[in-house]
Amino acid sequence: MNSEAVLAGAAPAKSGVGPWGDHLFRFLLAAAALMVLLLLGGAGLAIFWGGLPAFVHFGPGFLASLAWDPVRHDFGALVPIYGTFMTSAIAMVTAVPVSFGIALFLTEVAPAWLRAPIGAAIELLAGIPSIIYGMWGLFVFAPFMADHVEPWLTALFGPLPLFGVLFDGPPLGIGMLTAGLILGIMVVPFISSVMRDVFRLVPQALRESALGLGATRWELVWLVVLPHTRSAVMGGIFLGLGRALGETMAVTFVLGNAHDFSPSLLMPSTSIAAAIANEFTEADSDMYRASLIALGFLLFAITFVVLALAKLLLARLGGSGEGRR
Amino acid sequence: MSVISARMLRRQAVNALALGFASLATLTGLIALVWILGTIVVYGAAALGPHLFTRATPPPGVEGGLLNALLGSLMMTALAVLLGAPIGILAGTHLAESGGRRRGVEIVRFVNDILLSAPSIVIGLFVYEIVVRPSGHFSGVAGAIAMAMVLLPVVVRTTDETLRLVPVSLREAALALGAPTWRMVLFVLYPAARAGMLTGLLLGIARISGETAPLLFTALNNQYLSFDISRPMANMPVVIFQFALSPYPAWQAIAWAGALLMTLFVLLLSLGTRAMLRAGKA
Amino acid sequence: MTRSPMDANALRMPDLAPADVVAPRIMIENLHFYYGALEALKNITLALPDRQATGMIGPSGCGKSTLLRVLNRMYDLYPGQRATGRVMLDGENIISPDADVNILRRRIGMVFQKPTPFPMSIYDNVAFGVRLHERLPRAEMDERVEWSLSRAALWDEVKDRLRASATGLSGGQQQRLCIARSIAVRPEVILLDEPTSALDPISTLKIEELIDELKTDFTIVIVTHNMQQAARCADQVAFFYLGELVEVGPAAQIFTAPRQRRTQEYITGRFG
Repeated sequence: MNSEAVLAGAAPAKSGVGPWGDHLFRFLLAAAALMVLLLLGGAGLAIFWGGLPAFVHFGPGFLASLAWDPVRHDFGALVPIYGTFMTSAIAMVTAVPVSFGIALFLTEVAPAWLRAPIGAAIELLAGIPSIIYGMWGLFVFAPFMADHVEPWLTALFGPLPLFGVLFDGPPLGIGMLTAGLILGIMVVPFISSVMRDVFRLVPQALRESALGLGATRWELVWLVVLPHTRSAVMGGIFLGLGRALGETMAVTFVLGNAHDFSPSLLMPSTSIAAAIANEFTEADSDMYRASLIALGFLLFAITFVVLALAKLLLARLGGSGEGRR
Repeated sequence: MSVISARMLRRQAVNALALGFASLATLTGLIALVWILGTIVVYGAAALGPHLFTRATPPPGVEGGLLNALLGSLMMTALAVLLGAPIGILAGTHLAESGGRRRGVEIVRFVNDILLSAPSIVIGLFVYEIVVRPSGHFSGVAGAIAMAMVLLPVVVRTTDETLRLVPVSLREAALALGAPTWRMVLFVLYPAARAGMLTGLLLGIARISGETAPLLFTALNNQYLSFDISRPMANMPVVIFQFALSPYPAWQAIAWAGALLMTLFVLLLSLGTRAMLRAGKA
Repeated sequence: MTRSPMDANALRMPDLAPADVVAPRIMIENLHFYYGALEALKNITLALPDRQATGMIGPSGCGKSTLLRVLNRMYDLYPGQRATGRVMLDGENIISPDADVNILRRRIGMVFQKPTPFPMSIYDNVAFGVRLHERLPRAEMDERVEWSLSRAALWDEVKDRLRASATGLSGGQQQRLCIARSIAVRPEVILLDEPTSALDPISTLKIEELIDELKTDFTIVIVTHNMQQAARCADQVAFFYLGELVEVGPAAQIFTAPRQRRTQEYITGRFG
């Protein structure tokens, strides 16, 4: 080992590709990041462009029209919009309490050894492809609803004034109620994992001081944890709502794709996503196709707003909270 | 005293009720999981058989399998990974390495998170508008592009997150040796973040394997075995969709078998990846 | 925080030229450094003698680590950080935007507080920097790796597992590996930023012996919060306080007969 020899033979320094390589690299990185931006912007633009003929032809009345007549080329968005919002509303009404219950169970009730496996099992629900929910919904859950739940609901709520109309009609199984409940199951893992994650972020000192004052577990969560994490919890709920609004396959299977307006939750209806999925490849006129794309643009705009809200609410807690698949 | 204890009693009752509800909610979730998976396994297992892997999808009334759909999905997934992963890794690297919280970076991160949860049917419409309509026909390429768009935000996000976990000192140590940034990223950061990045990619693959909506009007379907990605291409989700909603019991059986295969693949992939990640961390 | 008037620095200038001084390898002149609006280094003028060890001491936040990070332009990575003044290396101002950072960093190596082994084999860690700057035939590369590891007093411990992952080494071994990686590119100057603060006493001793040994070939700058370490390793010691260079001189003089009151207070443990 001759250190002097090694030291002496210093070759002239050269810095690889030099600054040139770094410029190119930085450019590639920035271009890829720009691509992400362009894809979302481009998606919005392209879909708006595709739906433009329908917007122009029907004007603002498109949003308020119940019509859906491919033969006479008369289209309106109200029934799918109503279906989208009703199914999502049902989903949220069921999923939010259940998700909260699961988060409560996973942070306060379950013994430590049970938390990880049950948490993983609930997250597994998010991993099941949505078409599977659709098949299960159509072949198993809808008949179950028709045989065991809907007759009972009609008997119980049907006679009520105003409210009763929601539960009017034959127990078909398929319809907005069934679709909404399935959507609810699908978004539970997203909402509950956000809730569980942010509940865990509550400082231990805060929990201990509440319990130290004699608060029960429930009082701890309701009076301390929930107020502390309010905005992130709302963010999680909006995230679930964004998913529910745009969910396609599960809804397509069990909603019945009926463009006739009916106030009853038990009747078949359609949603924006289901209408597109069912009819797009069969759309035989340009106006038909443009109307479907216009629906798609509405969905894009609505979910964009909802998801942006979710993101802003989640960002306030500084957590990246989103339930990952 | 009696007032206090009555109040105490009520608080205890409310507490018990709430915790009981929490347990019930969890039970509901678990029942749904078991019910759905059980359905898929029972119906799917009955229709399993080697013919699924040796024959293409049949016309009504004829025996058949899923060979063309499996191969189509495989090819499109591979193409989607080739398209989406490099862009996703580069974009994620940009987010993680741009130093500080610059506004542009925050915007891209924001947009990416929205893409991550955006309705996949909208992505299908987008690809229809920019690929299918100009080219005049549905194609495997269009399907792969749609899948790549679903994959992209997942890869961007995990790359960004895992790279940000690599200690700053490691970057500085590489740069202090005179390494240009690209060598630092390629030869130090990527190896250091390898496990997390791979996890993200696998989770992304799991996700696109189950997506149906983006393929409905991009790849469409093809009854025959085809390796031509410029033509409509059979794929698992769309075949399952069409066969499940068909009136033919033989088609429905194939749909159930396909549903079982797809669910197994997706769940095993995501479970396996997570387990791998945990083992890597330990 | 008061700004030091220019004349105060002028008064300190004689400190810089002890009689037995060696020609400086690096000459820092009127250096100011800013984190955004905060002035972290105030008008620093300091010579780093060739093939000697300069120790930088002072309380946390005094600017000693900042100065180290100026010397190889590590601050370039962070927007909002900037330096003014001159840092001369062989007649070239290394903080000027024209200087090639990658070549500069080849000439001025750096070892960090915590060991930073790259996620690759021991051999590849040492060869990493060399491959950046030189294209060596296999045998020469082997020789270079062995030379570096030997100089870093690590060769005997790792020669049988050069292909093993570097992350499997102990903390002290990892730090010596990082030193080997730095010297493998044959820099002129090696900057050490509290290199032993994450290590046990035995590893610390080995690194200190190593620093003493490395002085024969390299100019060393070592930042430390440990005054004994500065006394053991350094020929020249510079004391920083609140971004100012308070005093610089031969180690023996600084620790036995400091000229400034603040230096004395610090080394006798009255503040910091």
